[in-house]
Amino acid sequence: MSSSAAQPFWRAAGMTYITYSNLCASLVRQCLKEPYRSEAVSREKVHFNVSKWVDGKPEKPTIRTDTPE
Amino acid sequence: MLRHGSRSLFNRASATSMRRRRQFSTDLPAETVEDTKFVESWKKMNPNMDPPKTPSAYMKPRPPTPANIPSKLTVNLVLPYDSVLSSKEVDMVIVPATTGQMGVLPGHVATISELKPGILSVHEGNDVTKYFLSSGFAFVHANSVADIIAIEATPVDRLDPNLVQKGLADFQQKLNTASTDVEKAEAQIGIDVHSALNAALTG
Repeated sequence: MSSSAAQPFWRAAGMTYITYSNLCASLVRQCLKEPYRSEAVSREKVHFNVSKWVDGKPEKPTIRTDTPE
Repeated sequence: MLRHGSRSLFNRASATSMRRRRQFSTDLPAETVEDTKFVESWKKMNPNMDPPKTPSAYMKPRPPTPANIPSKLTVNLVLPYDSVLSSKEVDMVIVPATTGQMGVLPGHVATISELKPGILSVHEGNDVTKYFLSSGFAFVHANSVADIIAIEATPVDRLDPNLVQKGLADFQQKLNTASTDVEKAEAQIGIDVHSALNAALTG
């Protein structure tokens, strides 16, 4: 029943909806006037820590952060 | 006997009056649905203990579709960081669906639509409030409640036309120089968003 329906161009290029939606949101934020633009900057900050596990042991984590330590 | 004390704390009246401050689309005067077979077999096995509640006992059933079409549409516009409109009673909203501008009136058929970057206009009497949505979804429920979710929703007067024009030109440039699929997709998205912003500012 489910044939591969026509996909939006971004999905065909390998992007997920979340990536697409976040990209649209950040583009809109970049077009805001001051002072709203500076308020919006805080919404784009991310802070996370990813570690890959190999053979049951975690490797060194990579920290991705926009907040100054 | 002490067990029943806590039950009266959560009695229906206080709980529903607390929850009634916001009207959700799943809000209900309701009965909780009970799994009768389970309850009967429990009572046979263990008549002295109350049967445990299953997840379905906590689920609220779908709110009933009112027999008469309500006169107003209840709109909730929520963003990850803010709820811009919360149970606002309006006459109509026009949402920028991927299939085109869609007007939602009270009594609209239940719909789920994906939104493209564009303007959401909320019509209440003679007032029209417009928000530029970055993309999202609109859920219209049979009881005339519309939930619109987006990541960014700004009033149009907060947008800077110069930045929009510049962005549009930049992305058109990027599309010409793009090589991989992902770059092309990103450039195309940039063009789509900026043209929608442009149309919002000039329209």
